Parts: sequence; C-alpha cells; structure tokens
Amino acid sequence: MINFQYVRASSIADAVSLLADSPTAKFVAGGTNLIDLMKMDVEQPSKLIDISRLELDKVEDAAEGGLRIGALVRNSDLAYHPAVEARYPVLSSAIRAGASQQLRNMASTGGNLLQRTRCAYFYDTALPCNKRTPGSGCGARQGHNRMHAILGTSDACIATHPSDMCVALLLLEAKVHVTGPNGARTIPLDEFHRLPGDMPQRDTNLDPGEIIIAVEVPRAGFASNYTYLKIRDRLSYAFALISVAAGLELADGRIKTARLALGGVAHKPWRDPRAEAALTGQAAEETAFRQAADILLRDARGFGDNDFKIELARRAIVRALTQAARGTPQSQSNKKIA
Amino acid sequence: MQQRSQPAHGAGSASSTVSVNLTVNGTRHSLSLDPRTSLLDLLREHLDLTGSKKGCDHGQCGACTVLLDGRRVVSCLTLAVMQDGASVTTVEGLAKDGHLHPLQQAFIDHDAFQCGYCTPGQICSGVALIAEGHAKTADEIRELMSGNICRCGAYTNIVAAIQQAMGQS
Repeated sequence: MINFQYVRASSIADAVSLLADSPTAKFVAGGTNLIDLMKMDVEQPSKLIDISRLELDKVEDAAEGGLRIGALVRNSDLAYHPAVEARYPVLSSAIRAGASQQLRNMASTGGNLLQRTRCAYFYDTALPCNKRTPGSGCGARQGHNRMHAILGTSDACIATHPSDMCVALLLLEAKVHVTGPNGARTIPLDEFHRLPGDMPQRDTNLDPGEIIIAVEVPRAGFASNYTYLKIRDRLSYAFALISVAAGLELADGRIKTARLALGGVAHKPWRDPRAEAALTGQAAEETAFRQAADILLRDARGFGDNDFKIELARRAIVRALTQAARGTPQSQSNKKIA
Repeated sequence: MQQRSQPAHGAGSASSTVSVNLTVNGTRHSLSLDPRTSLLDLLREHLDLTGSKKGCDHGQCGACTVLLDGRRVVSCLTLAVMQDGASVTTVEGLAKDGHLHPLQQAFIDHDAFQCGYCTPGQICSGVALIAEGHAKTADEIRELMSGNICRCGAYTNIVAAIQQAMGQS
C-alpha cells in the first residue's frame, strides 16, 4: 500500500471541500472494499477523507410513505431495521445474502453502492484490465470468465457489479441523494450505475467531487409477494453467479404489477421493463414466468466459461417468480430452495 | 453512532505518523502510527496481542475478527486511525477474573477446533452472534458464522459449542 494523508471530515460541506482540494483523494467510510483495493495497489489515493463520523446514519420515514436511509447506515443495521424488515423485506433479505456479518457490520449503504467489481483481472495489477488501466485490454473476455456478465457487456469490459443490496434497491426503484460542488441532486438507482461501453473505468454516473448523502425507497415494498434468490458456488459468503429479486402485486391470481431485478449478470443491477410488462395482467403461473425470462435474456451472451449462466438465469427467474407468487420467499439461513 | 473524540483534521503530510487513542481489553493506549496500519497490525505488532490472527488479510477468512465497540468486525480491513477513540475486545479480553468466557469453555467441551488458527476469530464472532440475538436455529448459526472459515472443518463442533453457550446466556 502506498502512503497517503489521512483527514477526518467534520461535516458534509467539509468533506466536499476536502475532495475538491484533492481530486486524487478518496472518501472512506466502512473501508471494506477500498482498504482491500489499496492493499492490492488497485486504488492509490493520495489522501483518505474519513467520512465515517458524519451524522448520516439515520433511517427515517420519508415523504409519501417512503424510507430514507442515510449513506452511513451500516448494512447489518439496515438489514435488521424494523421498518425494513416489515415494509421492505426484499431489501433485508438481499443484504443478508451478501458478505458476512462482520463485513455487514462495517460496510455502509453508500459504500455498498460504490463497491468495485470483484473481477480477478481488475484485482491483479499484473494483468490487463480496461477498468483499472484504461486501454490495457480486457483479460476476462478470452480468459477465466465463469463469474462474468451475460448482459450489457462491451468489447472493453465484461465485469459484473457485485452488490446484492443494490439488486433489491433497484427492484424498489430507489433514488440516490447526492451533493457536490455544484449542489444537490437525486439520481434514480437505475441511472446511478452504468454499463461499461468504452469507459469501463466509470462504474457510476456520480460526478467527480460528489458524495452520497442518502438512499430513498418509495412506499411500494412488495412485502407480501417477494423473494431474493441468490445462486452461488457455496451456500453462504460468496458472490452471486446469478441473483434474482422478484416482487409482485397480485389480484385474483393475476399479476397487477411485476418487478424483477437481477444481480451477477451485468455491469449494473439489471432490470428490464419489457419483461415486467409481459407479466402484467397474466396469470401468476409458470408459462408467464418463462416468457418473462425469455424476454429478459433475449440478448444474453456468454464468453465461454460463463455460458451456463444464461440457462441458470432463466431457471432462477422462473423459480424466483414462483416463490414470490406463492408468498414463500427464499430463506437466507435454510438454503433449501423453496 | 458511538460518541468518540471530536472530528479533527490533522494527519499532516503523507510521510508523517498519526496519533491514535484506543481502549483494548479495558486498557487505554496512546500510539503514534503510520496511517496505513490496520487495526489488526496495531493489535499484533504494536500491542503484542497475537490472539487475533492474520489469515488472508483481505476480509475473506474471519481469523482477525474482534469486537469493535461491541460489534464484530474483521480487523484487517479497517485502519487503526479510523478507530481513534474506539473500544476493542480481542480474544485475550474475553476471560474474566481467571474464568474462561462461557463460549471459550464450550469450545473446549465440544472439541470445537483442530489446528486452532481460526479459533480466536470464531470465538469473538460467536460471542457477538450470541449478543446480536438473531440466530436461534443451527441453520441460522451456520449462516451468521459463515464469515469465519475453518479449513480443518470443525464446523459441526463449533455450532454445538455456540449452542451450548447460547443456552447459558
């Protein structure tokens, strides 16, 4: 790890000002991803601006029945927050499916959004990676790509976004409140993370100098008919091969509203309005679920090692929608798939 | 959030050391450290508390688990300077007045370790798991202990030890 200067921000304005003064500085909150990347020399900030003591650690009711989650709320506190467990159980479930309790005790809400891919080529500074070193090439495309993306890839990058929490936040149509040198703004979560295109070094549409203040979820929580189904190489404490968050509103066995978000498949949490529209008005049965999966995966492509993920995603979507329709969400402790 | 020392700028230039005040197992320490020092390295290299183990040093194995202001964390992935003012409990701080912590005794009773390298992290993690109160069944214990890897595979007995200690608390 290269050396760096350490400073502690005393307020949000102070944090923004400190970053404006040092464009090569980075904010640190939980540190679970950044410190690791610094040990690997993937990240080499000149300065660490510690924002972990700012008072952004509240979970509060928001306008119109929503919930506002401070950027520094720890993942474990959020997962077990009574309002989240009762009103947004898909969010609670997704958080519990990620990392370990130790890491969830450290990791912040904002940091979860900003975590980097776990692509091995990104982590190894001896290997090419357009995300880490733009223009150096993508080692994964013709390399070991079992964990990699099947949707929204580009010639430059086939990495996935590793978060579970963000998949549930996308399903819930969360908004990200940020502020920066040019003032405050709100970014829908779907527009927060980017596809790689020819600039895979940019994970998000956060502007340089901006800081995440809070994440807000609107009222609709799909608390009756939801699931978070995560498929991985071991039953706990592993990144997703495929994960599916599903939320349904049902009326007389028919689907009034459908939400479907996938993790482990793309450079961002993945949602497809066409797949959801195809479910609307249909009987909540396997035929409709299969159609939705086919639509969502219509442009999916594999890169060799990860070809299996397309069929795995298809089956996981059908299974997740079945779990949601039956009101039998996947348990995150008893791993038998319901 | 825990009340700690007032926010302050002041680590100086990149080559300088930073001052860190920490309470570890009830004893207060004032140290001057390279800002790169992880909490784990502070414990092992500066305070000679070598119970917490450095397994992977990347937050993947759990051998460095300690209680930070009462919550279990992996001490390899936080900088000591970030924890200025905090209170840390390591495996060395669990026994009281010459008596083992009930979970330490349970690990002996159930032979819940083989090589022992992961044990300090397992025990700290298990103590926190019991305090958190989220795990009731063996499945839930296994899930909430999944951040602690045991390469010898003593998991069955680790779960049994935690169940015993849970019954006593």
